[in-house]
Amino acid sequence: MIQIERLTYYYPHQEEPALKELTFTVQQGESVGIIGLNGAGKSTLCYAIMGLVPHFYHGTISGDLWVNGINVPDASLGEVSQHVGLVFQNPLHQLSGSKATVKDEIAFGLENLGMPREKMLERIEWVSELLGIASLLHRNPFSLSGGQMQRVAIASVLAMKPQVIVMDEPTSQLDPAGTAEVFAAIEALRKEGITTVIVEHKIEWLAEHCNRIAILADGELKAIDLPGKVFAQPDLHEWGVEPPVYTRVYQKIAAENHSSGVPTTLKDTVERLKAYEQNNQG
Amino acid sequence: MSKTIKVDEVWFSYSPGQPVLRGVTITFTPGVTAIIGENGAGKTTLMKLLNGLLTPSKGSVLVGELDTREHLTSQLAKYVGIVFQNPDDQIFKSKVIDEVMFGPLNIGMSLEEAHRRAKAAMAELQITGIEEENPYDLSYPVRKRIAIASILAMNTEVVIFDEPTIGQDIAGVRLLGKIVTKLGAEGKTVISIVHDMNFAGQFFQRIISMAEGQVVADGKPEEVFRDWGGLKRAHVSPPSLVQLADALELKQTPLTEEQFIKYYCQERLPKRNR
Repeated sequence: MIQIERLTYYYPHQEEPALKELTFTVQQGESVGIIGLNGAGKSTLCYAIMGLVPHFYHGTISGDLWVNGINVPDASLGEVSQHVGLVFQNPLHQLSGSKATVKDEIAFGLENLGMPREKMLERIEWVSELLGIASLLHRNPFSLSGGQMQRVAIASVLAMKPQVIVMDEPTSQLDPAGTAEVFAAIEALRKEGITTVIVEHKIEWLAEHCNRIAILADGELKAIDLPGKVFAQPDLHEWGVEPPVYTRVYQKIAAENHSSGVPTTLKDTVERLKAYEQNNQG
Repeated sequence: MSKTIKVDEVWFSYSPGQPVLRGVTITFTPGVTAIIGENGAGKTTLMKLLNGLLTPSKGSVLVGELDTREHLTSQLAKYVGIVFQNPDDQIFKSKVIDEVMFGPLNIGMSLEEAHRRAKAAMAELQITGIEEENPYDLSYPVRKRIAIASILAMNTEVVIFDEPTIGQDIAGVRLLGKIVTKLGAEGKTVISIVHDMNFAGQFFQRIISMAEGQVVADGKPEEVFRDWGGLKRAHVSPPSLVQLADALELKQTPLTEEQFIKYYCQERLPKRNR
């Protein structure tokens, strides 16, 4: 569980805060997608949940950020990292660079936790099945394509089974099949009760796989709600975001009052359009 | 003269006995072409063959009349500009303006022209004002735009992008779509590796689908994105609007929102039609 209250943060030597008075809660096992323009504060928020803000980036922080009862700005990075795993945008920033095989790379974090060999092998098997990298275990991580490498980076974090996983554009380097695998993994994590916070530009995927969507603009939280509610908001364009393409065409075809929510996924849109046809064919 | 690239029966292997490309034949002509397919299908390798960074193990690549086996990449760079997937593989100057002027100067433009073209390209990418900054002090999406500007500034007849939309927000994706369309309208040959099928469907006139080192489909987006067998082989799903059209059993294939609304109203709401 993540509880954030009036969180404000300035990077060193900056006059404008990167995060302004953020307040929201993410329940354990919930999956929240974060959207907004580049520069809106999405990555900074990820770093704050992980504790890299302020412990690594320094700067000035005020307000509270609790993860599983730990106040992150007051705790050490070591303490926070036992509860939160961060998946970076670029897998090259994640992989240790010192391991010759994918299997050793995934094992690296587990070894550091002092996990017994048997259990380690179990974890590696579980995570590699989940992310579709079982056939890559004996490959060199740096011989992989960008997408494969990112799946290995995610696997190395998932293997440690943190309570909270923060992902900063985890699929930006991935092909469509790889993107689907990552979102399938996010579903699996949710079923296991792991909290996920995902920054992504691929809104169609977020709408389908997240419980709630948060919108950041200029460091402020503009909205956080169910996808069908968030994407029905009239101010989206001002915040530099837009609804999924399904929602956009639905709104244009069935121009009606959408305050009760709009369809945001393929399945819902098909159902709502069919219902609309029935009401308008008579 | 060098707007056409002919890839003829090209095979390529990084290590013996493991071909990454297996008999690829494509003629790239003016207009905008997207190459789609899963990671590892050979798309980036193909791209590197188009300006001689790699040369075929078998078969040939002709840039206009120039055989890439007989010409240096530095000679071909005048005709073919490539924007790599990762801007950090490309950027090495400590000032943005020097970075964007590097390519133009390298292919023999005068200092004045290089500067003019660099400024114009930066304006097009909406990154004016950062000329004196160090690229590595800037964010990834901005570095990506710098890398694109540095290639556009060279004004080559062929422009190749490897996943230009990575890390770009909605505004950035729209801008890149506009740039790709404009280059195509100017008569340039634009080739882009694309993983975002919504982007591919909306902005590209020709789609080439690759799987396991071979071309599995080559045609208009309306055809390629409705060929489920071919898409399955390439492990890609069609654009969202095509999926929606399929689920609603529309006969026409919409690639833009306007097309979807038009086709949907024609086929499913005939009485509402004016």
